[in-house]
Amino acid sequence: MSRTNRNFALIAALAVSTAGPAAAQVSDGVVKVGVLTDMTGAYSDLAGPGSVVAAQMAAEDFGGKVLGKPIVVISSDHQNKPDIASTTARRWFDEQQVDVIADLVTSSTALAVMPIAAEKRRITLLSGPGSTPIVGEKCTAYNVHYTYNTYAMAAGTGRAVVQQGGKSWFFITADYVFGKSLEADTSKVVEAAGGKIVGGVKAPFPTTDFSSYLLQAQGSGAQIVGLANAGADTINAIKQANEFGLTKKQSLAGLLVFLSDVHSLGLATAKGMYLTTAFYWDRDEASRAWSKRFFERAKKMPTMVQAGVYSELMHYFAAVQAAGTDDADKVMAKMREIPVNDFFAKNGRIGADGLHRHDMYLAQVKSPEDSKYPWDYYRIVKTIPAAEAFEPPDPSCPLVKK
Amino acid sequence: MSRPVPLATWGYALLVLLGLTAPFFVYPVFAMNVLCLALFASAFNLLLGYTGLLSFGHAAFLGAAAYVTGLAVKGWGLPVEAGILAGTLTAALLGLVFGALAIRRSGIYFAMITLGFAQMVYFLVLQMPWTGGEDGLQGIPRSRLLGLVGLSGNLPMYYFVYALFLGGFWVIYRTIHSPFGQVLRAIRENEPRAISLGYDVDRYKLLAFVISAGLSGMAGAMKALVFQSATLSDVDWHRSGAVILMTLLGGMGTPFGPSVGALLVVGLENYLAGTGSWVTVITGGVFMACVLAFRRGIVGEVVALVKRSF
Amino acid sequence: MIQVLSGQLLIGLINGSFYALLSLGLAIIFGLLNVVNFAHGAQYMLGAFVAWMGLRYLGVGYWWALLLTPVVVGLLGIVFERLCLRRLYGLDPLYGLLLTFGLALVLEGIFQNAFGISGNSYPVPALLQGGTNLGFMYLPRYRAWVVLVSLAVCFGSWFVIERTRLGAYLRAGTENPVLLQGLGVNVPLMFSLTYGYGVALAAFAGVMAAPIYQVTPLMGSSVIIVVFAVVVIGGMGSILGSILTGLGLGLVEGLTKFLYPPASDVVVFAVMALVLLVRPAGLFGRAR
Repeated sequence: MSRTNRNFALIAALAVSTAGPAAAQVSDGVVKVGVLTDMTGAYSDLAGPGSVVAAQMAAEDFGGKVLGKPIVVISSDHQNKPDIASTTARRWFDEQQVDVIADLVTSSTALAVMPIAAEKRRITLLSGPGSTPIVGEKCTAYNVHYTYNTYAMAAGTGRAVVQQGGKSWFFITADYVFGKSLEADTSKVVEAAGGKIVGGVKAPFPTTDFSSYLLQAQGSGAQIVGLANAGADTINAIKQANEFGLTKKQSLAGLLVFLSDVHSLGLATAKGMYLTTAFYWDRDEASRAWSKRFFERAKKMPTMVQAGVYSELMHYFAAVQAAGTDDADKVMAKMREIPVNDFFAKNGRIGADGLHRHDMYLAQVKSPEDSKYPWDYYRIVKTIPAAEAFEPPDPSCPLVKK
Repeated sequence: MSRPVPLATWGYALLVLLGLTAPFFVYPVFAMNVLCLALFASAFNLLLGYTGLLSFGHAAFLGAAAYVTGLAVKGWGLPVEAGILAGTLTAALLGLVFGALAIRRSGIYFAMITLGFAQMVYFLVLQMPWTGGEDGLQGIPRSRLLGLVGLSGNLPMYYFVYALFLGGFWVIYRTIHSPFGQVLRAIRENEPRAISLGYDVDRYKLLAFVISAGLSGMAGAMKALVFQSATLSDVDWHRSGAVILMTLLGGMGTPFGPSVGALLVVGLENYLAGTGSWVTVITGGVFMACVLAFRRGIVGEVVALVKRSF
Repeated sequence: MIQVLSGQLLIGLINGSFYALLSLGLAIIFGLLNVVNFAHGAQYMLGAFVAWMGLRYLGVGYWWALLLTPVVVGLLGIVFERLCLRRLYGLDPLYGLLLTFGLALVLEGIFQNAFGISGNSYPVPALLQGGTNLGFMYLPRYRAWVVLVSLAVCFGSWFVIERTRLGAYLRAGTENPVLLQGLGVNVPLMFSLTYGYGVALAAFAGVMAAPIYQVTPLMGSSVIIVVFAVVVIGGMGSILGSILTGLGLGLVEGLTKFLYPPASDVVVFAVMALVLLVRPAGLFGRAR
């Protein structure tokens, strides 16, 4: 094992684990969850402190203990920097007996932490990031990609929009791995559904002024302008698209849009936009009930990433309980064995590649007149069943059996 | 003239001792991070504190070397030593090219040119396919040193990094306390006079730039192996700002100042990591306090205090 | 093709006028005080936020914000100048750069803590909504307004500094403050007001930007190095230089976005490096 018995922590700003007898099947006598997320940067609203709240709720709702041992939740800010994420992950695994790391929004941080966790036989439960290589060529046996990925976004929005009549597409893509993968996945889906890609432009990441690209989009004459970007880029693009009158003749398809983005934009600007989501707070009674509890603590409605953190941790705790131990291999096996059935996902299944395949929802942003109460933003257009929503296992992942 | 050697010898001995025992009371990865950045800051100080040139783009050397080392070790399967050498040489070469062009100007213009070059390096790193773009270069393996010593454990890696740090620091130290270093100081104090004394000032500046860049690159190469990744934040201009802070805080123009500064800044970042953007606020506040009241930096103030007392 | 190009050039011009406005304050502060105000981006952000907060909490509309925000932020700038910046006047200008760099970090950190990062929306004022179809593109009315105001403010400031007595005092103060003081001019006050004016210009740009871009704590940080490049290319002592360079750069960037978008971020720096190597003091600068 990699834990040197002469190391003790100098920087002790976090909870100290109780020294339990080694006889218990739970290592170090505690089940410790580390929420590693972006607390202050571009994704802090869609994940961030909300993810921490979700994790704490999961710990409490499960009863505060698993197999008789306490659950402890700690958190840290990776500032979207892979090196900070990997340093924190290493320290958590080596010195603070963390058993599982949750969230890891921003794919580059997730990709940095996954191999470290695999090497030390601890689990990573990803809710925030979206790149498909996470369950493709970069997959690990100790990883679960829980909430969404770019394929699901592409498949959902792309296909649905084409079916609604939006056949010609122009892409504005954030010029980095994530944006390009989003564009590639969506293009495939659009063409397979009978649509046509008329053109595209790659904008540097990040970009604040999209006027030039929007002008090109207008010039292309495409019916749909696909936004293969996320976060601030998407918000700016949508705002400026409105400003330049693009939305009068063309429609926008936001390929990765979160509830927090819509909240930030306001319904007047975002109305009519199609998007795919894994979760919507107002979808049914169960999601409403949970979300209201979340709202009391976080003062905002949960995004799919935050709800995903809660759900994945509950699933993890249940798996530990069922396995009778927190040994990573046994828990991973249980997590893949037990289907997920809660307010977040119905009949969700975690595959050998770590991808959690569950139903997704196609939503459309309401116009201000249709919104009856705060946070009443989406109209759920249809449910996309898991098999359609997610890609089949990627053969470039060595864990996938042929 | 008082001989600075006795004080420095004590400092050096203390440093060595601290370094040898560090992994036993501090988390080794944290210590290695400090060492890499301390080397980076010390190399930067050679240019700022001793030659009087403020470069606002030093992250380019740190990051470029990190990526090249990553590519060498992961992509081409070269051994660790070759990887580090590759990174260092790349940075030195980059330093030669950038330096040759930037040296022609001074002061704020020099700083802006170096910033411009660094931004171009950032752009290249973002665009080139093998760097992994936003995701960075991950999973850089730590194989065996000289084919003998396994480096995957934290402890052996630490001592390797420490040895490299001592080597790099020794180069800087010897450079500072050599006739060459004296000329650099002369250039910093009064460049026209140095020229009038017959020194080819541009060549001295360029050489200082190349050494500084090369050692910054070595720090980057080390860092790539410690964290087993090279990412965009290594070439970001905020990283260039961070190294200025470390040098200023610790004491520019002193041999050990930048290392102290690095320790403090990394420690601060780690300690405050959970508190959100207060890190930025405090970093900024410390910056301002240093510039207003502690321009000599911590070590500089200590040295001045000691000199006054004796 | 001509149609598309015209549209892109017009957009480039719009952005250029915005760059010119932003770099004006920086150029004034450096030209007259020899201080590299790295906090310019943060002060621009401050302007946008003060306008937003004014709207959100006090119901102060856009037009009032345009007038009041620069005054408020400018006063804050004067306070900073009196308390901190003043102490560094005799020293290497790099210290001023580092001090203001620290200030930028402090301001951005505080706002990040207070407001998170997703940014806030600021509505386009009713009078300026909508736009006109020019044939080759749809020009939003607000953007046209930005061009007009920016150019007016830029050339207005240039005129005051280069062609009036007040401007003459300011320029004399840079050359020889002691002499000027001896002639009875209150030089320290003048310096404070100059810094305040530069900061007010940044804040004014922030208010202008609020309806177009999301008001976020990092909006300044993403634009500051470009603005620096503009001022450096233009020649750090030259007001006219930075105005013209800002406009020119907007055009160059617009063309790049059309021809090869990935390079649009870096084209500024490539141009800057090139210019500095050929003309060391910038295009219009005077050697210092």
